[in-house]
Amino acid sequence: MSAAHGLATITPRLEAAPSGATPAIEVAGVHKAYGPSGSHVLALSDLTLNVAKGEFVCLVGASGCGKSTLLNILAGLDRPQLGTFSTRGRVALLFQEAALFPWLTAAQNIELALRLAGVPRSERQTRTHELLHVVQLEGWGDKRPHELSGGMRQRTAVARALAQGAEILLMDEPFGSLDAMTRDILHDELERLWKDAGFTVLFVTHDVREAVRLGDRVAVLTSRPGQVAEELTIDLPRPRLMSDPEVATLAERITHRLREEVLRHAGD
Amino acid sequence: MQATDLFGHRSRQERELAGLDNLELPLRPRKSALRRFWSGAWPQLAAIGIAIAIWQIVVLLELKPVWILPGPLAVLPELWHDLTRDTRLIEAMATTLRRAAFGFALALLIGILIGLAVTRFKLLRTAVASLITGLQTMPSIAWFPLAILLFGITEQAMMFVVVLGAAPSVANGLIHGIDHIPRILLRAGRVLGAHRLDKYRFVIFPAALPSFVGGLKQAWAFAWRSLMAGELLVIIASQPALGVRLQLQREQVDAVALIGTMLVILSVGITVDLVIFGNIERRIRRRRGLGVA
Repeated sequence: MSAAHGLATITPRLEAAPSGATPAIEVAGVHKAYGPSGSHVLALSDLTLNVAKGEFVCLVGASGCGKSTLLNILAGLDRPQLGTFSTRGRVALLFQEAALFPWLTAAQNIELALRLAGVPRSERQTRTHELLHVVQLEGWGDKRPHELSGGMRQRTAVARALAQGAEILLMDEPFGSLDAMTRDILHDELERLWKDAGFTVLFVTHDVREAVRLGDRVAVLTSRPGQVAEELTIDLPRPRLMSDPEVATLAERITHRLREEVLRHAGD
Repeated sequence: MQATDLFGHRSRQERELAGLDNLELPLRPRKSALRRFWSGAWPQLAAIGIAIAIWQIVVLLELKPVWILPGPLAVLPELWHDLTRDTRLIEAMATTLRRAAFGFALALLIGILIGLAVTRFKLLRTAVASLITGLQTMPSIAWFPLAILLFGITEQAMMFVVVLGAAPSVANGLIHGIDHIPRILLRAGRVLGAHRLDKYRFVIFPAALPSFVGGLKQAWAFAWRSLMAGELLVIIASQPALGVRLQLQREQVDAVALIGTMLVILSVGITVDLVIFGNIERRIRRRRGLGVA
């Protein structure tokens, strides 16, 4: 059984080809400040961003650009003070750490997500099995998170997100703590899953090359307050490699833009 | 660009992934259950042997007459006889254990309620959190005069003190456990849609469990000590109990039986603490990949 076949049975409602025009995420004029009024730090200011259904958008920015704040807002963990946002379809948030529950095995973690998503008991075991297959972790289901490598934990977290029936994956530097080889392979893996299942990805990273490697579009954020400074459409054919010269050239341009942004905060 | 041959790009990718995964498999096979048990058990058995040897040496030095401080060779056979041939010791153990179980269960219930209330309401936390810890510094025996005034020479008086001794540890274990849940797990729970009761059932309780079991272990030690103090002070003649036996044996200057009873009290305490709670704690920690305490 091919992985693609397994996935089709899991998320049947995604079978229809995504149409580029329908927005999955709409953010308009979002404003978020922290701290008591007066001394507050402005994390996001008048941020506007649209992500089409089935699109893979990467957000890059220097520290303090409110990347994580935006994802938290979209995942419903935080609220903006001003502005509107909407998401179409179930949203799952993936963190830098896989954030699996350490008292459950990999399979049980996935099963819990199915249960909380209201999947009947009789279907859970089969679907857990299918999801483990999708992230190529068959045979590892009975291992606990501490027995898995960082990459395997992240794949379990992806399977858990799919178990939620997520159509939108918000990823907060999910591969930031992995070694380079694992990260490269997981890039391929994520790209394959994304193509097969047709979900929407909003991927936050500080690694500009990673953004260019993965994204249909890269949005560059300014820092304090965070706003979209520039959006680039990445027209390079897939699959790309982090080491492709075209990827490097584009990454160079974005990095230059980010450095200008950091200079703005030098204080002279 | 990678070549997409007959086997395809994916098959190579799949194989690379499988290779990385398999490199994660531990090299060293786990020791067998028997070997693990033995490697944990023999130092403890040796320690018990040494303790008994020291006891025997002290007796041989004849610092005290042998009828006041008898040696293990006199005490252990007598204890064995009492345990196997005489029902009175067993009856006394049964009474004491019933009280311990009941008092501990009550402390558990009250401790959990207090712990949950404190973690739920900010005001309550500021008001009582330090009070709970303060309560633990009060020696439980100091509660008995008041308990006897309130409840008379009854089991209620004992239960009152046992609960006062043990419930704070239960509550503290729970509060500490809930306070120290990694935020990322709470956020993961929220993203998964675990709200209200589901949040407690699937995230908060399991996450707080190791610390809670630590609290239970401590609560048991407090409960057992309080109960022994209680049985020495609150003597209900119709109910033979371990503490009552201690008092009687002292009055009758029956040192052989007295030390035997003490050994029983020590063994019960250790069994519950190390064998029951210790094993639960170790199992929980091992399953989560935490260092074994």
